[in-house]
Amino acid sequence: MTTMPTKFEYAPAPESRAVVDIAPSYGLFIDGEFTEAADGRVFKTVSPSSEEVLSEIAQAGEADVDRAVRAARKAFASWSALPGAERAKYLFRIARIIQERSRELAVLETLDNGKPIRETRDADLPLVAAHFFYYAGWADKLGHAGYGPDPRPLGVAGQVIPWNFPLLMLAWKIAPALATGNTVVLKPAETTPLSALFFADVCRQAGLPKGVVNILTGYGDAGAALVAHPDVNKVAFTGSTAVGKAIARSIAGTDKKVTLELGGKGANIVFDDAPVDQAVEGIVNGIFFNQGQVCCAGSRLLLQESVADEVLDALKRRLSTLRVGDPMDKNTDVGAINSAEQLARITALADSGEAEGAERWSPACELPSSGYWFAPTLFTGVTQAHRIAREEIFGPVLSVLTFRTPAEAVEKANNSQYGLSAGIWTEKGSRILSVANQLRAGVVWANTFNKFDPTSPFGGYKESGFGREGGRHGLEAYLDV
Amino acid sequence: MSDTRLSVFKTYKLFVGGKFPRSESGRVYEVTDSKGRWLANAPQSSRKDARDAVVAARKAFGGWSGATAYNRGQVLYRVAEMLQGRREQFVREVGEAEGLSKSKAAVIVDAAIDRWVWYAGWTDKIAQIVGGANPVAGPYFNLSSPEPTGVVAVLAPQDSSFLGLVSVLAPVIATGNTAVVVTSESAPLPALSLGEVLATSDVPGGVVNLLSGRTAEIAAPLAAHQDVNAIDLAGADGVLAKELEIAAADNLKRVRRPQAVDWAAEPGTERLTAFLETKTVWHPAGAGGSAGSAY
Repeated sequence: MTTMPTKFEYAPAPESRAVVDIAPSYGLFIDGEFTEAADGRVFKTVSPSSEEVLSEIAQAGEADVDRAVRAARKAFASWSALPGAERAKYLFRIARIIQERSRELAVLETLDNGKPIRETRDADLPLVAAHFFYYAGWADKLGHAGYGPDPRPLGVAGQVIPWNFPLLMLAWKIAPALATGNTVVLKPAETTPLSALFFADVCRQAGLPKGVVNILTGYGDAGAALVAHPDVNKVAFTGSTAVGKAIARSIAGTDKKVTLELGGKGANIVFDDAPVDQAVEGIVNGIFFNQGQVCCAGSRLLLQESVADEVLDALKRRLSTLRVGDPMDKNTDVGAINSAEQLARITALADSGEAEGAERWSPACELPSSGYWFAPTLFTGVTQAHRIAREEIFGPVLSVLTFRTPAEAVEKANNSQYGLSAGIWTEKGSRILSVANQLRAGVVWANTFNKFDPTSPFGGYKESGFGREGGRHGLEAYLDV
Repeated sequence: MSDTRLSVFKTYKLFVGGKFPRSESGRVYEVTDSKGRWLANAPQSSRKDARDAVVAARKAFGGWSGATAYNRGQVLYRVAEMLQGRREQFVREVGEAEGLSKSKAAVIVDAAIDRWVWYAGWTDKIAQIVGGANPVAGPYFNLSSPEPTGVVAVLAPQDSSFLGLVSVLAPVIATGNTAVVVTSESAPLPALSLGEVLATSDVPGGVVNLLSGRTAEIAAPLAAHQDVNAIDLAGADGVLAKELEIAAADNLKRVRRPQAVDWAAEPGTERLTAFLETKTVWHPAGAGGSAGSAY
């Protein structure tokens, strides 16, 4: 039996909150100004790690959606007529201001989302700035992108983003939209509205013309109204597959162009010749990065039978050293679950794993008494029929299955309605390429996992959605091609 | 004596899984020329025929998508060769189907043959046009490649029974998808004859499946089918297209909406890329063989 190592004791090393100044209330950002919702409704955003109320936020309704779309439409004429080189400079400005304010935005994101400061500081914010910097450079080079000599923007883009990477998903949506000459109405998730509102201030500092970017905070009804608005030309959504299907139905028969980046149930395949220690790090990164609240998480671990015990022992040892707790602590590995609702979903699915006969294991770890928390969890003895092997949990829960041959690994990996991501761990190059070829997934990480880059297209096969974000491919979604 | 000889009619049949079945429903419908004269009885496909065709297309997908692009190019070129040999037959059939003079029908058939040649040449180039290396900010090899979406349902154009059909079918299979095609409802005969050409052109059975009948009746089960990955609505009118797009959302099929097309114009790459997925593969490239990790 494995002996579990004890954690090193560290003194708390909290990041300072003083770098960010959160106002007691925020309005909608429409036509360059903050404004109350037409019907005056508000909602509260709380910090998931403490349940502290951070701010009171205007809640957009249908009238606000209409006002924002009209502002974006009005701005479209001059924004799309601007020379690409000038649009580029606005985006470069935005990228630079985000770099300058990255610590402030990282702290803000950690407070509002619950993810560790180490991740917002080292992953989210650098990627946000890089994304704007990358697409800035495209704005005056669109004729070289392979979509004809003079590809045109679509018009007003209605964009709805999730709470797991609030500012990064905003960047993925807004940067290519603006670079190609579209204007934007964006709705952030109701549990993480703050960084999008701070982004509005970045736009103000950059001198972005009013109406080019509009931010509507609110709930799903506002998102649905935005998607359905007759003067929206382009719909971009990242979120659940169920909502993605509803969007696909609601825009049927219209001219709206759509990209959907939806759920996943990524298979992380470990072959018997894989470097075990590195694979274990990749497995941990694959499912516990951002508390597993990642659409491309490696949530199904497929272990070759001959090394299953060895890898599992090493994995359990590693999980015992994960530090779960205060997201503002710079030593924290695993932070808070984003909301009580999400915690309930994770809990229910994990319970179904036990009820259906899988064996549950978590390292000993003490969870804070307030806030929303779920201990890193893995299930062994999982079959392909179990709900925890089929449904997206969107939490720190890993389902472990085994296989004997590469063909069986591929078959199990592809046995999913989803097709977003997959991982392969082996030292054999031809096996990497052969298995990667056979996997029906949009992103395949070989001997690594959860890597992102603005130049690298991201998006799924099957019910993980369609269209790509990032890279040259990401331009197509916002051009009339 | 020869002028009293009765000609031999052809029994038009479906093309499914490389075979020529009648509709399992036993139904046929009358096909006439533009002046209302009887030409033939065409099979009136059922929902079951549609499902059988999807099974055949799925079965063929692994082999066809796994074939080399060079091989697929040669097969498509072989289709053009076979069509060239049957040119007179298709000129007659297209002329009758669309009410065209012999010379106008010949222009259409020639364009259709040339279209196969155009797409034959694309099979091993499209990946170089739409894929490529991505310069990520780190020590990683990163490559994006196009892959076929899977089984594609194709509602062939109603108004262009042959050139339109070829123009929507060839790009789908050029990239490695397999197809279930619903032929022009009122003019299915050139499409059904194309099945005979495909069967003798090294196109593996099941890669192309041709169903004649009522478009709305056959399209509904295809749009709702959970093992169909995409649908081209070229042959649907606005009302039907909307219904089918709603049904297609159930498993998030890739949908290509109907739009006005000049079938005689050079098609560009739009239909080639409509049913492609992009796969991006990462691998560490640093530190001489030690695999990296974020942790």
